[in-house]
Amino acid sequence: MKVELTALSARHPAARAQSRPAVDGIDLLIGAGESVAVIGPSGAGKTTLLHAMACALTPSSGSLRLDDVAPWSLPRAQLQRVRARLFLAPQVPPLPPRQRVVTAVLAGQLPAMGLWRSVRSLVYPVDIPAAHDALDRFDLADKLFERVDRLSGGERQRVGLARALVAMGGGGGPAGGRAAPPGASVLLIDEPLSALDPTRARQAIGALVDGARDHGATLVATLHQVDVALAHFPRIVGLRDGRLAFDLPAAAVTRERLAALYDRFEHGLRGEVPALAADTPAAPAPVLMHCR
Amino acid sequence: MNRQRAANPPYRLPPPLFDARCKACWFVVGLAGLVVASFWSLDLQWAQFLSLQAVHSMARFVGEFFPPDTSPAFLRKVALGAWETLAMSALGTGLAALAGLALAVPASRLYAGHTAPARVPTRLILNALRSIPELVWAALLLISAGLGPFAGTLALALHTTGVLGRLFAEAIENAPPGPAAALRTHGVGNGRVFLYATLPQVLPQLMSYTLYRWENNIRAAAVLGVVGAGGLGQLLAFHMGLFHMSKTATILGAMLLMVAVVDAASHGARRWLTR
Amino acid sequence: MAASAAPARDPAWLGRSFWLLALLVLLWPLGVATEFRPWVLLEPGNLRVTGQFLGSFWPLAHGGEFLAMVARETWRTVAMATAGVSLALLIAIPLTLASTQALSVSALSGRMARGPFWLRQALRWLLIVLRSIPELVWALVFVRVVGLGPTAGVLAIALTYGGMLGKVYGEILESGETHATTTLLRNGSSRLQAFLYALLPASAAELTSYTVYRWECAIRSSVVLGFVGAGGLGQQLDNSMKMFNGGEVASMLLVFIALVALADRVSAWLRKVLG
Repeated sequence: MKVELTALSARHPAARAQSRPAVDGIDLLIGAGESVAVIGPSGAGKTTLLHAMACALTPSSGSLRLDDVAPWSLPRAQLQRVRARLFLAPQVPPLPPRQRVVTAVLAGQLPAMGLWRSVRSLVYPVDIPAAHDALDRFDLADKLFERVDRLSGGERQRVGLARALVAMGGGGGPAGGRAAPPGASVLLIDEPLSALDPTRARQAIGALVDGARDHGATLVATLHQVDVALAHFPRIVGLRDGRLAFDLPAAAVTRERLAALYDRFEHGLRGEVPALAADTPAAPAPVLMHCR
Repeated sequence: MNRQRAANPPYRLPPPLFDARCKACWFVVGLAGLVVASFWSLDLQWAQFLSLQAVHSMARFVGEFFPPDTSPAFLRKVALGAWETLAMSALGTGLAALAGLALAVPASRLYAGHTAPARVPTRLILNALRSIPELVWAALLLISAGLGPFAGTLALALHTTGVLGRLFAEAIENAPPGPAAALRTHGVGNGRVFLYATLPQVLPQLMSYTLYRWENNIRAAAVLGVVGAGGLGQLLAFHMGLFHMSKTATILGAMLLMVAVVDAASHGARRWLTR
Repeated sequence: MAASAAPARDPAWLGRSFWLLALLVLLWPLGVATEFRPWVLLEPGNLRVTGQFLGSFWPLAHGGEFLAMVARETWRTVAMATAGVSLALLIAIPLTLASTQALSVSALSGRMARGPFWLRQALRWLLIVLRSIPELVWALVFVRVVGLGPTAGVLAIALTYGGMLGKVYGEILESGETHATTTLLRNGSSRLQAFLYALLPASAAELTSYTVYRWECAIRSSVVLGFVGAGGLGQQLDNSMKMFNGGEVASMLLVFIALVALADRVSAWLRKVLG
């Protein structure tokens, strides 16, 4: 799916209306099937950019077009169908703690499953081979029936990535020949490697890029590990303070450009990642007051 | 006005005990007034309760409780009544958990910004269900369901649906939003988002509330029989009406025992759930 | 490609099926014990009676005399609850103070001495017994001793709620920070002083908040106690139900729901203000 941003500006959902937008006047054209890495210092607006592309937040100005269609002008039912073809993997893996890995991974196929199939899958997972294949690409096949909260942080992150593979349709092989609606054709991955050690990180990013290529899906990933980005992605977009710093093929990204991008954010350049932001802490449990 | 001044300004004196501008003072005054008015208007029979004669008759009354009747035939009846009460409380609580969950979903805002059109009417229904105590429900249901434990079970179920429904709705609204938001961004409808993301997160809490409510319901079930809804309560009202105090003592003992057993079982089950 | 073949079956399936089957098997005797026959509700005779009763709900009784009576009885219900909770405080506060570990002088230097320990345990058991006996049972007993009327209800609420308040006060006091209290005790202040200057200020907000909530519950209890002769709205409700006067029953139920909602609001506001 082709993704085209024209002078797009967007604010963080919790920001006040008059504050500076997190993403300011971005012009970007990503062709179908391309792989792009978005790099930049913390606070540059990378996450907001991904959320805007995923139609998770409305742009405050400018426009977004997916395959030459403006999704925000569509009626709600059609917008939902467009969303089914976009897959956003947030930085904190959105996995319910007590759910099993197999169900969490298969949830990536929910838009393609009918209602009855979805409910049945809760009781008995309907497509164990697909989940197994996807997890196997991240070396997690043995954790298929584990509970999510029994996994380490890095393992949970890889489960989130396996969900992306499943969302595209099948466990990484060519899209299944069912007459079901097509799977996701745009993968938007936010910091896929933040909790992974270098070996696993290379394996994971390789699996993602290969999976996207096999399905012909567009892949946009934000990364702090600049060296990994340069090694695996043909095109690098640099973001700083919400604005586009550069949009170049990987070979053309020089050390000077990187230094300018991360100026005063050197820890970002070295690949040091700020601690994985925890989910908003759960509100305190409702006061348990009974008449007994 | 001759207000005291501190000996060494700028230090201040503590505030006066009652300050006309302080809301808390008025609140305390109002509270004291309410308490005094309550005692005064109720015409309580203190003399009757605290007189020597009353103490004697209470002592004699309590003496009649001992020894409790432990004949095997009566114990068997009590055991049957206890089993009936236990079944009433368990089934009533179970039904209420299912109905409460069914009502909690429309009664909660599934995410910030969710219009939840059915929220206000469903909350009204839940409030009405939980405002009416179980005993009143039982008295009403006796008309449709006749005497016996069926009315009691339904009464418990109706009241507890209101209680659990509201608790479940609050738990759903307070669940961490991350997993649900990710699925919604992917285009999944609200119902399946609930099943795949919200419910797995709140299920342990819901079960804990249900088990905690069972502890309350066993006490309620024990007394519902007083209006004719079966169980130990019906036995109790019957024998107390005939002044069979020793039998009443046995029934009370059985009630206490059952309450203790259910409390322990519920506590243990809740611990096992959160292991 | 896959290093190993995908597992053919979900390993949790067997366990889940077993528990589901066990649950269904357990439901059967529960249904039998509670005479759970929902179709009874739809029997023509029952349906007719139910329909007549529900039909008589409209028009709501609204005669001037009736409304005056309802207002009077509502006040009596609230007064009964207020008086009952006030007396319950008189019971709960001394018992809590005497049974809380935080004020134990012997525990300052290691283990609590045996005598005080057993005394505290005994008082805790007393609180448990007080709260385990349903207030309806207390009311039934007191009605025999002091006769019909609000005295029985007030006493029943006082005893049961004394137990409940005592237990929860104990939990609140012990779950807080006891460092200030033990320091005062170590430096020689008396237990009451340590309580007033250290323990109470730390937990005052929670204690008041819970007490206010209990008052709201007491209003519901008063209505229930009216069914056994303690007067108030409950007794009038019982009378009207026995006479199948649907209009009066409906009016009183609505008044009661409104009363509970009002008390709920007041209680929530108070808890918010007290922070």
